[in-house]
Amino acid sequence: MNRLDGKVALITGGARGLGGATAKMMAAGGAKVLITDLLEEAGAATVAEIERAGGKAAFLRHDVTDEAGWQKAVKFAADRFGGLDILVNNAGIASDGKSIEQTSLESWRRVIAIDLDSLFLGVKHSIPAISARAGQWPGGGAIINISSIMGLVGMAGAASYIAAKGGVRLFTKAAALELAPKRIRVNSVHPGFIDTDMVRNGFKDLAARAGGIGENAIRDMITQRHPIGRMGMPIDIANAVCFLASDDAAFMTGTEVVVDGGYTAQ
Amino acid sequence: MNRVDGKIALVTGGARGLGGMSARKLAEAGAKVVITDLREKDAAITLEAIKAAGGEAKFFKHDVANEEQWDAAVKFTVDAYGGLDILLNNAGVGGAAKPLEELSLNAWRHLMSINLDGVFLGFKYAIPPMKARAHLWPGGGSIISISSIMGFIGGSRAAAYCASKGGVRLLSKAAALELAPAKIRVNSVHPGFINTPGLRMGEAAMNQRSEGGYQRWVDGVVSRHPLGRLGEEQDIAHAVRFLASDDSAFITGTEIVVDGGYLAQ
Repeated sequence: MNRLDGKVALITGGARGLGGATAKMMAAGGAKVLITDLLEEAGAATVAEIERAGGKAAFLRHDVTDEAGWQKAVKFAADRFGGLDILVNNAGIASDGKSIEQTSLESWRRVIAIDLDSLFLGVKHSIPAISARAGQWPGGGAIINISSIMGLVGMAGAASYIAAKGGVRLFTKAAALELAPKRIRVNSVHPGFIDTDMVRNGFKDLAARAGGIGENAIRDMITQRHPIGRMGMPIDIANAVCFLASDDAAFMTGTEVVVDGGYTAQ
Repeated sequence: MNRVDGKIALVTGGARGLGGMSARKLAEAGAKVVITDLREKDAAITLEAIKAAGGEAKFFKHDVANEEQWDAAVKFTVDAYGGLDILLNNAGVGGAAKPLEELSLNAWRHLMSINLDGVFLGFKYAIPPMKARAHLWPGGGSIISISSIMGFIGGSRAAAYCASKGGVRLLSKAAALELAPAKIRVNSVHPGFINTPGLRMGEAAMNQRSEGGYQRWVDGVVSRHPLGRLGEEQDIAHAVRFLASDDSAFITGTEIVVDGGYLAQ
């Protein structure tokens, strides 16, 4: 169940956090995993952890906004592991918590480039490799894009992030329609607040800006917005990504899997 | 992954089709399963298949529109296996394809009594035993209700069906909020057109009206699914099993759409 034996996966931002948990779970499920990231040390550590557990993985330094870097990454997967079957577009950054009036065009463009342009480039350059092998699997090839609950609902002080993640959601649907004839499924995953460095740093920024409200108070406030009564863990997202990557999700494409402890049900 | 060892499941409409396959997949993944349905013969075949594969299941004859029978079905499950952890509200009917002005209030109410009242009653009677055991599992208890792509979009001459499935979708969200403190997760699954005995029910009538009529209809339906095929029963059963397992511990109050891309257009 949810097995990925024989498949090759490329996970951007796979050194740590959601991407790291996903890389480890995919390798445990039988996939060969190419982790790409800017964080070389953390990437190497995750590869080493996977190898110690008997899995197969490699690391490549990769800026997801760089088109030539994408071509290199896909070629690396083909050279090292024989092809590509699963692409997880996970790399991303949060916006800086500023209001729309205070957001510079430069900062806006940076968030859109990392969180949205990267998907376009990743999908564009992965299609030939994934479609070449899609016929081998009952569920075809799979692309999973990490969006957010902020791709479904708004939040003050995060306009660029929300615009990017909303773009991820609909780009996913457009790609799903275009790639269905090639037997490549494309879906998005929408995490609530997950206990990762990115989210913890966000709390720090918010606390600094709010003045007088501590990090822990912000954390409690955010936790309370998840009816399930806790923030998510990276493994919660990794489980959903692995399900979508597997042939168990063979009839799922162009849709959203929301993993948010009930945040958007309210 | 997606294991449900030691868990106890109640599957309505579990004799055949989506419910039958979900019952099989849950049993295969380690659950003890009570299948409820009105179709005794089909249920016997599914029970046989589960037992032949080394699984554990029992049958209880059950009309989901009947409140007393819900009470009895849940009691049967608790007596048979010691509790309840997973409820799959799958039983449902399509209703006759009729224009709104020709739809009788009786036909509307009959469909609602099964597709929507049946789900409400399932929640109501399953919650107490599920609460009692929810702490046993990292992902708590799990209620899964089968809605439809018609819980998102309309279908001509399917007003009652769409209304009932839209109701299931939002009932699930309301219940998810209410039951989160009790560690019970509640989600809906939205299939596209799935190749089931229910879908094939119109085959004879369509072919009688015009030769090859059913195949032409299926071809038209398939063309609206970008993946280029109808869904298979296991496509839905896999999603159900994922939602039933602790692997979906942080998923509640949401929809899993399994439609080959139908709604993405």
